[in-house]
Parts: sequence; C-alpha cells; structure tokens
Amino acid sequence: MFIQGLSEPSLSMTAFELNGRRVVARSSPGTPLLWVIREEFRLSGTKYGCGLGQCGACTIHLDGAAVRSCQVPLAAVEGKRVATIEGLSSSGSHALQDAWVAEQVPQCGYCQAGQIMAAAALLRHTPRPTDDDIERALEGNLCRCGTYLRIRRAIHRAAGATG
Amino acid sequence: MTGPDLSRRAFLRRGVGGAAGLTIAFHLPGCVASEEAAPTEGEAPFLPNAWLRIGGDGTTTVVLAKSEMGQGVMTALPQILVDELDGDWSSLRIEEAAAGPEYGHPWLGPQVTAASSSVRSSMQPLREAGAKARAMLIAAAAQQWAIHPSACHAENGFVIETEGTRRAGYGALAEAASRLPEPDVVLLKELGDFRLVGRSVPRLDIPEKVTGRARYGIDVDVPDMLVAVVARCPTFGGSAKDFDDGPALRVPGVKTVVPISSGVAVVADGSWAALQGRKALRVTWDKGDLAGLDSETIAADLVAMARESAVTARDDGDVTGAMARAATTLHAEYRQPYLAHAAMEPPNCTALVTDDACTVWAPTQAQGKSRRVAAEITGLPETAVQVHTTFLGGGFGRGLEADMVREAVELSRDLRVPVKVLWSREDDLAHDFYRPPSYHRLSAGLDASGSPVAWTHHVACPSLLGRDRPLADDELDRTSVAGAADMPYDIPNVRCDWTRVEPGVPIGWWRSVGHLPNVFAVECFIDELASLTGADPYQFRRVHLRRSGRHRAALDVAAAESGWGKSLPRGRARGIAVGEAFGSFVAQVAEVSVELGRVRVHRVTCAIDCGMVVNPEIVTQQMEGGIVYGLTAALHGRIDIVDGAVKQQHFDDYRLLRMSEMPEVEVHILPSAEPPGGVGEVGVPTVAPAVVNAVAVLTGRRLRSLPLVL
Repeated sequence: MFIQGLSEPSLSMTAFELNGRRVVARSSPGTPLLWVIREEFRLSGTKYGCGLGQCGACTIHLDGAAVRSCQVPLAAVEGKRVATIEGLSSSGSHALQDAWVAEQVPQCGYCQAGQIMAAAALLRHTPRPTDDDIERALEGNLCRCGTYLRIRRAIHRAAGATG
Repeated sequence: MTGPDLSRRAFLRRGVGGAAGLTIAFHLPGCVASEEAAPTEGEAPFLPNAWLRIGGDGTTTVVLAKSEMGQGVMTALPQILVDELDGDWSSLRIEEAAAGPEYGHPWLGPQVTAASSSVRSSMQPLREAGAKARAMLIAAAAQQWAIHPSACHAENGFVIETEGTRRAGYGALAEAASRLPEPDVVLLKELGDFRLVGRSVPRLDIPEKVTGRARYGIDVDVPDMLVAVVARCPTFGGSAKDFDDGPALRVPGVKTVVPISSGVAVVADGSWAALQGRKALRVTWDKGDLAGLDSETIAADLVAMARESAVTARDDGDVTGAMARAATTLHAEYRQPYLAHAAMEPPNCTALVTDDACTVWAPTQAQGKSRRVAAEITGLPETAVQVHTTFLGGGFGRGLEADMVREAVELSRDLRVPVKVLWSREDDLAHDFYRPPSYHRLSAGLDASGSPVAWTHHVACPSLLGRDRPLADDELDRTSVAGAADMPYDIPNVRCDWTRVEPGVPIGWWRSVGHLPNVFAVECFIDELASLTGADPYQFRRVHLRRSGRHRAALDVAAAESGWGKSLPRGRARGIAVGEAFGSFVAQVAEVSVELGRVRVHRVTCAIDCGMVVNPEIVTQQMEGGIVYGLTAALHGRIDIVDGAVKQQHFDDYRLLRMSEMPEVEVHILPSAEPPGGVGEVGVPTVAPAVVNAVAVLTGRRLRSLPLVL
C-alpha cells in the first residue's frame, strides 16, 4: 500500500539532456538529481557529501550554471541541460582537468569533481578570474584534504591557457 | 653498495612462498587504478613476490597493499619498487591487493594503513622485492647470452649487455626469470643511483580523480545490490527498544526494515529511498546510561581526576626539588575538545554474503580488521572473506574502524543479497570515533638566568590503546603522551604524568593522534616561558634544543624562510612552533592578524625533515593538507556532547576550513639521508600553537583552549 501522492518510481518520466544526450529518467520526480545521476544513470563522478548543499561535492551544471545536485529535485530539470564531470570533456582534457593534473591538485579527490564543475561555470562567465572571483565562486566547495591553494593555481593556469 | 638485510628474508619468503595466496592476490577483480585495462601478460608471468608481476608483454604490475586515501601511497610505494627494479615507469599498472596475511603490517600486525608508516615500513621490503626481481631478470638474460651477470645491467625495463649490443626487455625475460632460483643476496642501490625515488613523479591517481572515473566506496555498484541506511540511537550506549516499520515500508523503493547490532536498518532499492525510509521510520530508543552526559561534565572530570592519580610516563632528575629551588615558576592549563574526522566521503561499505564466501568492498584503512570482523559475523573462515579496498574519500583514521563493515556484513548475511550501507553526513558526525578530549597542566621552573630547570606536564584523557584491550591500572598508553613525554627541550628535571579518564564517548585514531593535543600544550607553554624571560621565542627554543639537531635545523629553516625578525605590516605577527611525530621533524611559522574579533592566518611557512624523501611533491601536499587539518581544529573544531549525544549535525555547525580562510603555505623540505619518516600526520600538530603564539604577540592574551575563542 502506498501513501497517496507518492507515485511509483517506474510510472514517472522526466526528460532532460544529460551530458549532451537526451535521456528520460524514471526515478520519482522528488528524487534529488544527485541520486538520479548516480544511481539511475550510473555516473558516479558526482559525489554525495552532505545532502544539504553545504559542501559542494555534488556540484553539476544546470543550463550552464553550477548548482548543487542534491538540492535539485528531478522534476526541476525537465527539458533542461544537465552536465556532470563525465560530460566536461570527452577525453578528460578540458583545460581545467589539464590544469588540475599540472598543479597536482587532488589528494583524496572526493570533492574534486565538484570543485572542477564550480570552476568551469566560473570560467564560462569570468574567463580571467581574480583570486576574489575564485573565492566567491568556490567558497562553498569544501575540501578536507586542504587543496585550496592548488585549486586556485589550477584555475588561474586554465584561465591563462584558454584566455 | 648497501648489503641486504638478511633478517628481512624471512618476511620476503613468506610472500614468495605462499603460492596459493599469491594466485588469489593476483587475479581478483577490483583493480582501482586501471579498471578497463585487463591484464594482458603472456602465458608465464614472472611473480617474484607479493608486490610484483611482470607479464610476457613487459607489463609491470605493482600490487598496492596500502589504502590510497589522498596521501599518495599509490604513487610513492611503486616508485620505490620500480626504482630498484629498474623497471619501465611508463608501462606500469597498479593493482589493488586482495587483503591477506602476506600483506600484514610488519610493525602493526594485521594489514592496515596507519601511523604514517606506509613508506617507513615498506621501504626495505619493496626495495628488496625490486632488487631481487632485477637480479633474476639480469641472471635470465646472462644465461641466454652465456655471459656472466656482471657483464649486464638493467635500465628502464631492459637488461642490457654493458660492453655489447644485446638487450632484452623484461617481458621477453619474464618466463626464464620465473624459473630461476631466488638470489640469496640482493644488492640495493646507492642513494645516488635512484631514478624515481626523490623525484616528484606525477601522482598516478590524479588523472582518474579529475574525470570522475575514480571509484570510491560509495560508488561500488554490484548487481542486485540494495542500499541500507541505519537509524542509530542518538545517545551513546543506547539501543533500539522498539520500532514501527510501517511508515518506512510505505516509502516507494523501501524493501525491508531490519534490526542490526548498531540500530535499525532501512533497506531499499536506492539511496534516496533508503534515506526517505529512515526518515519515516519510528524507533523508540532505550537511551542508555550516558543519556545525561555533557561536555562540561567531561571537562570537569578530566581536571578532577588529574588531581587524584596518575601513571608516570617520564621522570628525569628531581623535578620537585628543582621546582622548589627555581627562581620563577609558571603554570598553565590547556584544553582540547572531542573532534570528528569528517572525511568528505561519509562512511560506507558494501558486502555480499553467500553460504561459503563473503565479499566486502570498502573505503577502508583496515583490511585485516575488516576481514576478521566479517569472518566473526558470518562464521566463515577468514580465507573465505575477500576485502576489496576502494579509493578513500579521506581517511584520517576514520577508516581504521570496521563499524560500517559490520553493518553491511550483518545485513547481507540476513538478506543474502549485496547490501551497501550508506551513512549520511549527520550519521557521520553523530556516530564517529572521536579524537579524545584532553586536559593538560604544565609547570616550569626557571633559574635566575631564565633557563628552564624543571618541567612537568600532566595529561588527562581517554586511552586509545585501552579501547581495544584491557590496560592494567598502572599501565601507560604511550599514544596519550606522544609529544609530551618525549618533548624535546633540554631541561634537566622533567616529569610527565598521565591520568586515564573514560567518559564513555567512542574515541578513535584521528590524524596525528596524541601529537596535536600534546604538542599544542608543549609549544604554547615553551612560548609562554620565552615571553616570561623576555627572550625571542625562536631563539629561546633554539637554545634549549641543544641536543636535538633535527628539531633545530627545521626551526632554523622555518624561521629564515618566514622572515622571522623582519618587520610585518601593521596588525600582523608571527608565531612559531616545532615538533616531531612519526619519525619526522616539522617547524612552522604562522603569520596572523586579528580582524573583527577573529583570528586570520595569512601565511604558514613549514620546514620538514622527513629523512629520505620518496616524492617531494607528495610531501609538500601532505604538509599543506596537515596544516589545513590542524588549522581547522584550531579555528573551528569542536564536538560537543549534550544529553549524551553529539550536538553538531552538519557542516554549518562542524565547520571545515574554507578557501577564503586558506593561508598561503610554503613548504621547505630539508635534505636528508636519514631513514624515511612519516609525512601524513606530522604537518598537523604545530600549526595551532604557532597561531596561538602569534595571537599572544598581537593581543597579549594566551589562548589555551581549542578551538580559539578571542
């Protein structure tokens, strides 16, 4: 017996674009996009860190803007463009990814997909960010390993490479 | 040439001799480094030992028996082995070791990644493993060419006829080498002959960590797997009295609700359903005996019990007499709270139990313990338990616990399907094994010239060793006084006492263990003594570190590189601290200001002597990370106990350092040929005292409790 108003997951369909492909999600419309991406589409690069939008590990792009996928219900992405770390570049050689390797940024690496997605959204509208711009854009992306200095350097490096 | 350490042969032989164990170790799935690249070796790969395999196609596979949790072992350990092997770094594959006794820790027993010991404890065995394989490959080539092995040398995956033109790749020699006897004597390289060791070889794990391909525990995906979220009693020591699973079972996707040893598990077909199911679950808790516990009582107990009894950890000279004769005495008390690990990846574990086997996938630091726990729960022999180690999204000591393994194995045992146990962030903060709180009472006596002649340090805290085995009443837990009993200052009369206090809150190993609390107290107090005598705190330390050249050298580099003594912008000051942990020596200078009533750290200059360096960039990363971990503890870290439960729930009340709070960090590595020291933890302890000592310069106030409150 099911509670009224909660639909069976298989009965619902939400169409959106995921990393350039049209997809139809069958998870229930209230499911946070984070879990749809990870478990229905099996793209596990986007990470769960807090479920409250407080850590940034689940950062993705929604119509090009960096958002916390744990805070976006599936229903809200109907007809929209969603990009995850897996869709940032086909070969893993986006300027930010190259810069991340060059600066040897990650330690445990768990937060880094979110950091890179936040940085990518920043560079899209601010191709030559200052330290302050970077700080504002990535302040909500936590890193317990303490890679912040390298993240900043890598963003400047990528900006230089593309700018 | 360095001769072989023959005492190690027995250890190596165990690895080589356990042929069945080796077969298991080498052919399990779950390779974390290059999943898509299936092994392509020829028919007769060369398996000289438990860490190395050379295929007929020349592919060199190094088996990683340590957990990669950000500290760089996946790169540093192969660097050591492949260097001695003279192997080809560019064709290297890394494979996760299947947990087994052949990978037991040479110092700590079961297979574990802990105590900043991976490089320290693996250096010799890995060098010997590489050197031995190289010798066998050279012997195989020499045999084929009918020349003496001494007429050949090895280079980058080839054996080369030194005075000739012939060369053969390791792949072509693998089969022949595998039929040769192991050499009795292996010659290790001279330090100057290393090609990889000592170089900042790029980390092997980074490419997959920037593309989202890296697989962590939370990413484990086994066919037909269910996801479980466990409701645990908020108060420590409590348990479920009764539960109503009706509302939980009505959540779409929830399959069942199962009571387990740690609480009540909601099992669903996905993470979100499990989380929603738990929200709907109604549990009545028996809150247990600790329901009235709070941080204030614990703090008061630490002080009160320190007055009653103690175990003496160190007693040099005549402290009482020297203190009585001293021209001046100084006393101070320091306090530290409970802390959570708060790794970015919350605890999780996946298990599959069948009638005759148990498979565990976990972001664990403790394969040996995980295996034992799984065997206990299932009743299977340990040999029937496979433990796959994934990448860890941070370890910091949390991964040394097997509580998440216990939950997953219990559930899969009961349900007979693969089960992943997922912890939420709230679960993580509320049910950690916390860094123990501590109370420190220090006293010192100075003679008329301002030289310290007596020093006492009394530490009161729970016992980590006593957690896992009974301690006798008069038994000392050395980890509780690490950095205190062995404080480095040259003072003739020194006493260190320890009082064990057990409030009952779960405690665990937390990056740098006893060193952070103890070094904090020692380095703040020595600074207070310097102030009292009007001495420069750097020079005062230097003078009284007469007998420890390595402390002094680190101090000198940190002071010089920080511009110690040079003028600073208005409102800024420097503080300094030095310490030793896990065989390495670190000094740090913090440049600090106080803005709007808050401490702001602008720059940290760090000097480290960690002996012989395998990968300087990884050492630098670990210092940066250690400084952030220590600074987070200094500025924000506190777990409060209220009514027997943890008050902090999320990252908004258990704050981690953010980018805007990040100081510039400069790391200077001292050249050294000493045996390698650990680097994962030694960066943590000194930053908090350096900051406190700078704040004292700015404000005249000595802050003696963490986190810092102005």
